[in-house]
Amino acid sequence: MLKINNLHASIEDKAILKGINLEVKAGEVHAIMGPNGSGKSTLAAVIAGKEEYEVNEGSIELEGEDIDELAAEERAHKGIFLSFQYPVEIPGVSVTNFMKTAINESRKAKGLEDMPAKDMLKMIRDKSELLEIDRKFLSRSINEGFSGGEKKRNEIFQMAMLEPKLAILDETDSGLDIDALRIVANGVNKLKSKDNAVIVITHYQRLLDHIVPDFVHVLHNGKIVKSGGKELAHELEAKGYDWIKEEVSA
Amino acid sequence: MELKEKLVSSFMAFEDTVDVHSSIHDIRTEAIKTFEEEGFPSKRLEDWKYTSLNSILKHDYSVFPKHENDIEFKDVKKYFIHDIDAYKIIFIDGKYASHLSQTTHDGLDVCLMSAALTKPKYKVIIDNYFNKIAAKNGISSLNTAFSYEGAYINIPKNKVVEKPIQIIHFSTGNEAAVMLQPRNLIVVNENAHVQIIERHQSLTDNPVLTNSVTEIFTNKRAIVDYYKIQNDRQSASLIDNTFVNQKQESLAKVHTFSFGGKLIRNNLNFYQNGERIDSTMKGITIIGDKQHVDHNTLVHHIEPNCESHQDYKGIFDDNSTGVFNGKVVVEKEAQKTNAFQANNNVLMSDKASINTKPQLEIFADDVKCSHGCTIGQLDESAMFYLRSRGIPEKEARALLMFAFSNNVLDSVKIPEIKNRITKIIANKLGVNIGFDL
Repeated sequence: MLKINNLHASIEDKAILKGINLEVKAGEVHAIMGPNGSGKSTLAAVIAGKEEYEVNEGSIELEGEDIDELAAEERAHKGIFLSFQYPVEIPGVSVTNFMKTAINESRKAKGLEDMPAKDMLKMIRDKSELLEIDRKFLSRSINEGFSGGEKKRNEIFQMAMLEPKLAILDETDSGLDIDALRIVANGVNKLKSKDNAVIVITHYQRLLDHIVPDFVHVLHNGKIVKSGGKELAHELEAKGYDWIKEEVSA
Repeated sequence: MELKEKLVSSFMAFEDTVDVHSSIHDIRTEAIKTFEEEGFPSKRLEDWKYTSLNSILKHDYSVFPKHENDIEFKDVKKYFIHDIDAYKIIFIDGKYASHLSQTTHDGLDVCLMSAALTKPKYKVIIDNYFNKIAAKNGISSLNTAFSYEGAYINIPKNKVVEKPIQIIHFSTGNEAAVMLQPRNLIVVNENAHVQIIERHQSLTDNPVLTNSVTEIFTNKRAIVDYYKIQNDRQSASLIDNTFVNQKQESLAKVHTFSFGGKLIRNNLNFYQNGERIDSTMKGITIIGDKQHVDHNTLVHHIEPNCESHQDYKGIFDDNSTGVFNGKVVVEKEAQKTNAFQANNNVLMSDKASINTKPQLEIFADDVKCSHGCTIGQLDESAMFYLRSRGIPEKEARALLMFAFSNNVLDSVKIPEIKNRITKIIANKLGVNIGFDL
């Protein structure tokens, strides 16, 4: 599904990613962990196509196709979804209309007609139930005045609506209490299938109790320095990141 | 010959066409003298510091355009809000076009200024209201001097006018360049309600200069909802001078949508003569190329317990320039005044500019007055957020601009106008998405 080869990326001439290699197959859940400033969010943003970052070397392939040159919206149309660590507040645009526009623009790009209003409403109803979202909430402006938990639940609601092939969850657990964490994780688990893949970016192991990864990677100083199974997450939780840093510098 | 000289000498020719032995003509004669002394405003005047009329005064305008009446409704239908029943007062090159209009004298007067200025039955009203609040400066006096035609609307006490009134001034420009000076008088009596839509529309690319004066009187507890749709061709310029005199407990709202034209100057003035008055001015400006839009507003709080609300949004692309100069005067007697003013702007290009200046003169000590102006760029993180969900760059930008200006549309009470404005904006931004935000 996703293949990243020797990816180097920088922002304003500051190198952040320094040779990432990662392969994610359909049906898999990968966790990317690492200390603050290791490049986790940059990796997510670069895959999603944020233009401020410059890819200096290497490639990103989605289903065998090089997506380096594609705009963020084209990557979204191909099935990439990024759940933001800090979802942006957009006053004046309701969640419902945002999703309607997003889905219909995506359909337009594929040469399809707009989704019939009836189907759209049904989809919104079904997916909001999945995420235990009050539908009144959907007529509010995107993220405006939302609590941390509401913002993250709203991200996963958008993921449910857009049905991506590859979902990247950037620190989705931050700002969530245990109930919200459970709801968000349940939502992600229900959306998981053998045809899609999930990359979970997190600082802590706690989310991984609920969304169980097949692989865990440790990112440090712009490189994946260690990979393993889900037990690696437990080890990191128990021992912190210092031993990894030492291992790398040794 | 310069335009000023041409106009002054045209006044004599104009006098051949009107009754010079009337009190109205005394006002006109006084006004042409004022114009002769003051001329067109220059950038030396504080109020005109950021707007130069030089580029639009250089044309050789025809001051008395030929009567032109062969426009058919189907050709200009799109400039009407045609999906609602409305009274219509339509002019072509300054002359009344009866075949496009729908006027009335049945329970209210929706008719012509030329009739009001000449027929004896309107004399009392004209004596009471005509030129009572229009400014006595050069530009308004120029209009007063040539005042003859325009809309005359008189809504009697307690009358709620069920359908809106559309005033449209078409210019054909069949002669090279045309100058128009419509004069409107709107009297809304006690407890009456009316909605009015005004538009100026050029039909060719020949230069047009419109210098319009509208006097609006909202008497006790009257409600006036006024919409100005300014989406003219790039060859057309407009100087709009609107004066609203409000009596106690009246409510007047003016929405100004400025999307097209070469140069637009809106002089919008509210005078609050009574208690518990509410005055609202809102505007959306979206321009590009070398267009220029200048909003010059005044609210004069004269008596206690009144409110004013101003909310202007501007989006400026390419080399366009904008001005917002909002003056709020609160007299010493006007205690417990609530006056709010906001002007928010987005610059889409490095070459676009906006000069925004709030001007508060407060002489009372127990008031709430606030003002805020912002100038910014489109939020890049919001752009990435929208695009990451599959909304293309152009559509994402349009969505954000729409959201930015949306609260101005919130107070538009006629859904068809809201739809029309929405379509004009979408069209202007080059997108085809339904914004029912």
